[in-house]
Amino acid sequence: MHRELIPTLEEKARNLRVSIIKTLHRSQSGHTGGSLSAIDLITALYFHTLRHRPAEPAWDGRDRFVLCKGHAAPAQYVALAEAGYFPKEDLMMLRRLGSHLQGHPDSKQTPGVDVCTGSLGQGLSQACGIALGLRLDGGDRRVYALMGDGELQEGQVWEAAMSAAHFRLDNLCAIVDANGLQIDGEVAKIMGVEPLGDKFRAFGWHVIEIDGHDLGQILAAYAHAATVKMKPTMIIARTVKGKGVSFFENKAAYHGVTPSDEELPRALYCLGCGE
Amino acid sequence: MTQMAATRDAYGTTLVELGEENPAVVVLDADLSGSTKTGLFAKRFPERFFNMGIAEANMVGTAAGLAAAGKIPFVSTFAIFAAGRAWEQIRQSVAYPKANVKIVPTHGGVTVGEDGASHQSVEDIAIMRAIPNMTVIVPADAVETAAAVRAVAAFKGPVYLRLGRNKVPTIFDDSYRFEIGKGTVLVQGSDLTFVTTGLMTAQALIAAERLKKVGISARVLHLATIKPLDGDLLLDAALETGAIVTGEEHSIVGGLGGAVAEFLAEQAPTPLVRVGVNDRFGTSGKAEELLKYFGLTHEGLEEAAHRVLERKGAR
Repeated sequence: MHRELIPTLEEKARNLRVSIIKTLHRSQSGHTGGSLSAIDLITALYFHTLRHRPAEPAWDGRDRFVLCKGHAAPAQYVALAEAGYFPKEDLMMLRRLGSHLQGHPDSKQTPGVDVCTGSLGQGLSQACGIALGLRLDGGDRRVYALMGDGELQEGQVWEAAMSAAHFRLDNLCAIVDANGLQIDGEVAKIMGVEPLGDKFRAFGWHVIEIDGHDLGQILAAYAHAATVKMKPTMIIARTVKGKGVSFFENKAAYHGVTPSDEELPRALYCLGCGE
Repeated sequence: MTQMAATRDAYGTTLVELGEENPAVVVLDADLSGSTKTGLFAKRFPERFFNMGIAEANMVGTAAGLAAAGKIPFVSTFAIFAAGRAWEQIRQSVAYPKANVKIVPTHGGVTVGEDGASHQSVEDIAIMRAIPNMTVIVPADAVETAAAVRAVAAFKGPVYLRLGRNKVPTIFDDSYRFEIGKGTVLVQGSDLTFVTTGLMTAQALIAAERLKKVGISARVLHLATIKPLDGDLLLDAALETGAIVTGEEHSIVGGLGGAVAEFLAEQAPTPLVRVGVNDRFGTSGKAEELLKYFGLTHEGLEEAAHRVLERKGAR
């Protein structure tokens, strides 16, 4: 484990939160809460765990990332821009007509995006297919799939969970950004999905439960997952929706609401910027 | 004696040939590999065959992932479970990204037979045709199926290739050249045109022969590819014969008849009669009985020809 990397990654994640806030304030459309809950998990992937070449997005030796919860696209976009896949100015065009940054990820348009997602429940199946395909070709390329906890209400997720274990996809690491909230309120009240660890263990997965905002735990979980044999790994990351901006935290209302002009300076202040 | 062969059998054997030729070809099935004939591929290439169990949504998504990893996945089950159950997965995970996935269901239409309405897909052409980026093909016989399977494997992008359960007359010989998006005029004629797909093309050939005996010259235009539609041959048929009868083993809503109606209404308004399942569900029975019951026969086409000619004459 690279303990010395953690402060650097924490700073990176803070900067990406700032970028998410500015991007969503500019677009005035998009998903704030779930982007902020997922950004630490995504930062660790793009700036430590994933083997990828931003200057060569189609590099055959790359690991793959599937953003199953496609509405957190701003979190993936700011990481891709930071990594150098495209200019950071492009972020200001999020969701605009003619922009390559669609409301939900589009593999045809955005460099670094491998899979079209946005319709919840479909990403894990695609991640399984990529894992099967990469395994057929040999080598040690891995697939990471980031889901939401509300997304787990989709039946297709459990079909995919069944098949990933059946095919012993140990090159697949799925992560649940378990922020406990969905559009209409608390996941537990809308349609409970717990106990997640028991469910995935029963489906034949290796399960790791972590604090999804602790970069030390995140890096350790990704590293551990890579050592698991004959089973896919599920990292259940306990997170806070809207994490980092105090007045967005744990509020379902900020699922699909962007920062207003009035909220922007306060949000940036929470993230250590400005007054 | 006409030779009879099932399109699904031609699919199974052609898949094995493709597997030999191209290591990127992989096959997925949802617990119907004996019926869809993908079992032949499974036996020959077990490491490249994935039985996904009775879980079609995941099967289609997994196929999209395999395509994203550079494979050429063929996905098979019955038509109703491919197009129907997994429609939104086909839309989002396959068609939207233009994934190189070949959806090749068998048991399209009412010739599924005894299993009845739950298993008889009469809406799949319509709902697949509505999806952008999708190519929709319904071969007429085993020879065309073998050629079409090869053509879609070479084609880059999503395809819906609909096959049947029953043996159907073989109407093409080995000299036939299949091309995606191109129709074929099998019989020239000047009074009307039968525009047909799938097993109805064999019926159209019989109907044209019988109509000739009563002095009616019927053209037969076989459209294996329903999307993209071969507008050139269709426009010729409309302008040169002035009357069109469509025929398909599918609902008259939204399938070949729907596509032709849309085209004619905009390009060359022409008297049209659609022969197909008349906006209703299927029912149990033997395949041949059901084709007669629903009027999917040469008699049905002939009757439609007389009706369309009356309207043509009244213009």
